[in-house]
Amino acid sequence: MNLTDNMADNINMQVEIAGIKLKNPVIAASGTFGFGREYAEYVDLNKIGGISVKGLTLQKRRGNKPPRIAETPAGILNSVGLQNPGVKEFIEKEIPFLRKFDTAVIANIAGNTIEEYCEMAEILSSANIDAIELNVSCPNVKAGCVAFGNTVSGISEITRKVRAFCKKPLIVKLTPNVTDIKEIAKAAEDSGADAISLINTILGMAIDIHKRRPVLANNMGGLSGPAVKPVAVRMTYEVASIVKIPVIGMGGISSGDDAIEFMLAGACAVMVGTANFVNPEACVDVAEGIKKYLEKYNYKSVYDIIGKLELNE
Amino acid sequence: MTNSGAQKGTPLDAQPVGRKGVYPYLKRTPLDVQFTGGKGVSPYLNRTPLDVQPVGRKGVYPVVRLDALAPDIYLMRIASGYIAENALPGQFVNIRSCEGINTLLRRPISILRVDRDKGAFDIVFQVRGKGTGMLAMKKAGDTVDIIGPLGKPFFINESFRKIAVVGGGIGIFPLLFLLKEMQSAEKTVFLGFRNKECIVLSDDFEKACDSLHIATDDGSAGRKGLVTGLLEESLDNGQTFDIIYACGPGPMLKKVAYLAKKHNIRCQVSLEQRMGCGIGACLVCACKTKQGDDWDYSHVCKDGPVFWSDQIIFDE
Ligand SMILES: Cc1cc2nc3c(=O)[nH]c(=O)nc-3n(C[C@H](O)[C@H](O)[C@H](O)COP(=O)(O)OP(=O)(O)OC[C@H]3O[C@@H](n4cnc5c(N)ncnc54)[C@H](O)[C@@H]3O)c2cc1C
Ligand SMILES: Cc1cc2nc3c(=O)[nH]c(=O)nc-3n(C[C@H](O)[C@H](O)[C@H](O)COP(=O)(O)O)c2cc1C
Ligand code: FES
Repeated sequence: MNLTDNMADNINMQVEIAGIKLKNPVIAASGTFGFGREYAEYVDLNKIGGISVKGLTLQKRRGNKPPRIAETPAGILNSVGLQNPGVKEFIEKEIPFLRKFDTAVIANIAGNTIEEYCEMAEILSSANIDAIELNVSCPNVKAGCVAFGNTVSGISEITRKVRAFCKKPLIVKLTPNVTDIKEIAKAAEDSGADAISLINTILGMAIDIHKRRPVLANNMGGLSGPAVKPVAVRMTYEVASIVKIPVIGMGGISSGDDAIEFMLAGACAVMVGTANFVNPEACVDVAEGIKKYLEKYNYKSVYDIIGKLELNE
Repeated sequence: MTNSGAQKGTPLDAQPVGRKGVYPYLKRTPLDVQFTGGKGVSPYLNRTPLDVQPVGRKGVYPVVRLDALAPDIYLMRIASGYIAENALPGQFVNIRSCEGINTLLRRPISILRVDRDKGAFDIVFQVRGKGTGMLAMKKAGDTVDIIGPLGKPFFINESFRKIAVVGGGIGIFPLLFLLKEMQSAEKTVFLGFRNKECIVLSDDFEKACDSLHIATDDGSAGRKGLVTGLLEESLDNGQTFDIIYACGPGPMLKKVAYLAKKHNIRCQVSLEQRMGCGIGACLVCACKTKQGDDWDYSHVCKDGPVFWSDQIIFDE
């Protein structure tokens, strides 16, 4: 028992992404972990590598009409529509709470116009956060962000312009709802992104056959959870093989083994989303699972496995 | 297919289609169920482990019993000293209906009543889909993974002397706990059901209140018509109440809220909405509420499920 404990202590779980040191590679995914507050009762936030907070907009947003969620096989569809208190209230009320914990704080932002993104990036550059994550890929708001995320020219323009206002490490979060994720990722890198995170949710639809209507009031929503994992792993692999900046992988992760798949595919860190709803301790369980895997195969550091996938002939 | 000889009553005649068949697996009986964590719990316990401590409000607790009350309606007794001690009327628990990903999200179910001495609480649920269907297959001695108690409870005040309680369908369940906690008030209860077969727990409600009035849609029991008709009649006959508490389908709550306003009686309603996290983080469980002259989306799991009726903006 003692022996394994000691071995586990020798494993280096730290990773560095765009200059931010994470104590372990597990980050709570935006929109699934609130502002950390809600989960503090269930998990020790000090044990999580980082928290990407609920997507922020310049002004407060009410979000979409309910129902905003539907359960589908091994997944969920959501159409929250970015309900949030706005970036100012986040800075005043939520950052002080989050800063009581030893965990990285990532501000996830979304806007209707590039100017809005820039303004938020500027405001947040002087706030006490570790990084900014650009949500250029929310499928749940009509005007705006998805439009920036699904063309090479859109992603280049927004990354370049926000970069000019952003004094923090800039993570660009990609949408999977594109034909070729590689060219989008490359464009983000070439335009100044410090890191890439992926995937956001996959656009989907669920129909209530008895009412002959979509379950979600918004008709369509974003699919997440175990159902999306193979797609997310594939995209993480494709992106990590083409960019040099760090990649944060996510989509359906609920265990250490799930996370390892992403890391072998080239992700330096992972985000855990939907799994938090099922198991509030999911982030910590994933981190512990990663450690167990490293221990089992006698690795000393997370870096020993990042991108170490060997393709079949 | 030969006879294993192990079990009596095995359907030996199950014939596969092609080579695909469905066969029983009878080796394990509920008495084999083993518990982890030191303390073994008999599947047929009635004294329950008061010492299972949750993390936050999340714990894994044994099912004490599962009874069918009516077609597709089940009462489950769950041993949890923590929930029995801490739950308040109107609160709910968020239950995982299975391990793995056959169903992913937890299912919110109201707390029917608690037994603080035995360290247990009851829920009643109707089988609606996959999640509740899997819960109905649990047996005594199985465990369930629960987060709770959650949500804002009903507002209870010693000064309320005469109360009215209005429930419809599966919305009646949180109201029994409320009645039990309001010992000293005079309690008038109005319950609505689809038909006679759907009526459950009427004896328990009868005992817990001073007068019980039942309505059914088809008139197979009690008064024919809507439960709100009974409330309306009583109010029109000059009955007064210090407060009305209601839980049930949206249109029922809207009518109760309207009647309460008309008669100038304060009123609380308990709402339902599809949930993700159940703890206020994901913001999916939105309901429209008044905020000054404006409106906003509040969240049923955290700001509710119980709201003051004059705060709610009911759908058209
Ligand atoms: C605060 C609260 C208290 C409740 N108390 C009770 C109770 O005491 N007894 C009882 O029988 N039912 C209760 N319900 C309703 C119960 O949660 C649903 O019937 C149940 O979730 C259906 O799950 P399913 O998998 O069987 O159905 P499915 O239709 O297969 O479920 C699919 C998804 O929709 C959700 N869903 C479906 N119907 C509802 C609903 N009416 N409300 C919320 N989510 C829903 C499910 O949770 C699941 O995520 C309550 C709901 C809420 C919000
Ligand atoms: C309810 C919900 C809300 C979300 N909100 C946001 C958001 O505000 N900003 C964002 O970038 N991603 C948001 N996402 C996407 C997640 O961060 C994540 O990319 C996605 O869910 C895939 O990971 P998962 O399968 O682990 O959940 C949301 C996801 C869910 C389920
Ligand atoms: S269910 Fe997540 S906020 Fe209510």
